Amino acid sequence: MGGLIKSSIARKVAMALSGLFLVFFLLQHFTINFTSIFSADVFNELSHFMGTNPLVQFALQPVLIFGVVFHFVMGFVLELKNRNARAVKYAKYSGGANASWVSRNMIYSGLVILAFLGLHFYDFWIPEMVHKYVEFAPEDPTRYYPELLHRFESPVRTGLYVVSFVFLALHLWHGFASSFQSVGFNNKYSVAATKFAKAFSIIIPLGFIVIAIILHLTH
Amino acid sequence: MNLTLKIWRQKDAASQGSIVDYQVKGIEGDMSFLEMLDVLNEQLITKGDDPVVFDHDCREGICGACSLQINGEPHGPDRLVTTCQLHMRKFNDGDTIYIEPFRAKAFPVVKDLMVDRSSFDRIQQAGGYVSVNTSGNTIDANAIPVNKDDADESFEAATCIGCGACVAACKNASAMLFTSAKVSQFALLPQGQVEATDRVLAMVNQMDEEGFGNCTNTGACEIECPKGISLENIARMNREYLKASLKG
Repeated sequence: MGGLIKSSIARKVAMALSGLFLVFFLLQHFTINFTSIFSADVFNELSHFMGTNPLVQFALQPVLIFGVVFHFVMGFVLELKNRNARAVKYAKYSGGANASWVSRNMIYSGLVILAFLGLHFYDFWIPEMVHKYVEFAPEDPTRYYPELLHRFESPVRTGLYVVSFVFLALHLWHGFASSFQSVGFNNKYSVAATKFAKAFSIIIPLGFIVIAIILHLTH
Repeated sequence: MNLTLKIWRQKDAASQGSIVDYQVKGIEGDMSFLEMLDVLNEQLITKGDDPVVFDHDCREGICGACSLQINGEPHGPDRLVTTCQLHMRKFNDGDTIYIEPFRAKAFPVVKDLMVDRSSFDRIQQAGGYVSVNTSGNTIDANAIPVNKDDADESFEAATCIGCGACVAACKNASAMLFTSAKVSQFALLPQGQVEATDRVLAMVNQMDEEGFGNCTNTGACEIECPKGISLENIARMNREYLKASLKG
């Protein structure tokens, strides 16, 4: 078990598992966001539950933050190690001849997503934390939908969200299906699982884009 | 055909290398890539220059000695062939061809295009064997029944010639495809079960110690492998490794 900590395969499996965990979170986030385009009341109710339930706030939220931080930190560590594994670069390297652009540039799509998370935290998470745990403002269960609309007022911010979701799709396109291989899942169900992962990586980010545009137009 | 070659020249492991341009003339399409380099070396020797050093042995695609990163791809633009099987008809008159050594920290350059791939030997020595006494008491292979599919997959994994193209192609210089093929060829057979736990742990540990990069599943190794070793072997090794880690 000791060798597991520093083993390349263990790191790869850890990346895959944290990525799969974030995929589940993404699905949950999408489901709540999706309600906002057809019912402000349902969105308010779900947001109020997520924002006030102690299990979500003090158990699931820290786990999620750990998952996000771990995935990014491990991603950077692996990228540095991988760059170090080829100290002298090729004068000519035809990476596109044998691997997709997306699979070779996960670090860049990941960096865009990291920058987006900074914006997203600035927009929603930090004000939410200040509202609840710094100002101790009284809870209004109907505040969530108007706040959401207000954030998507700006076309620039909406545009930034849309671009970020495109990079999220690129990251998922390789990462989700790749995680199956990393955990050793390669059997007769692999083709179907890969198709599901590819479909997910398009449908969910596209859904986020549609929601962002609808909210912008609604305002 | 006449070609411009941009070849990595490096005096020895300690020296700095650089790309040097050469013109080579009268190359036939039926020549192999190594024969083209032989022509160049004859030209260089005639002129009193140092010939370009490169690895080669069987020249029929079975030994894994030849290497070379040709125009950015290990063993060149053709698929399922080694450099010695690559024909010059794949190139056109007037082409410029980049020829570099396989690049990886774990494959240090010895001279020019020749690299030290003994890190692969050390991975193999760490566990890529079966401790069965075969001297004088060889048992008929058919005495142990083996599922046909497993036997075929094991054979396919065993066709890895250890050339290092997987490492050279991988953007991370990862040796996962090589190591997984060597683990798989035993993991699939009953004879390999006795040492299965120790084998995968020792071979992966050695692979990491040699300084190879981490696999990110780009699939470049499988595309460039002259023997078509499948990525399924990597998934199998991941399973074997996790199983062994939890057990041991």
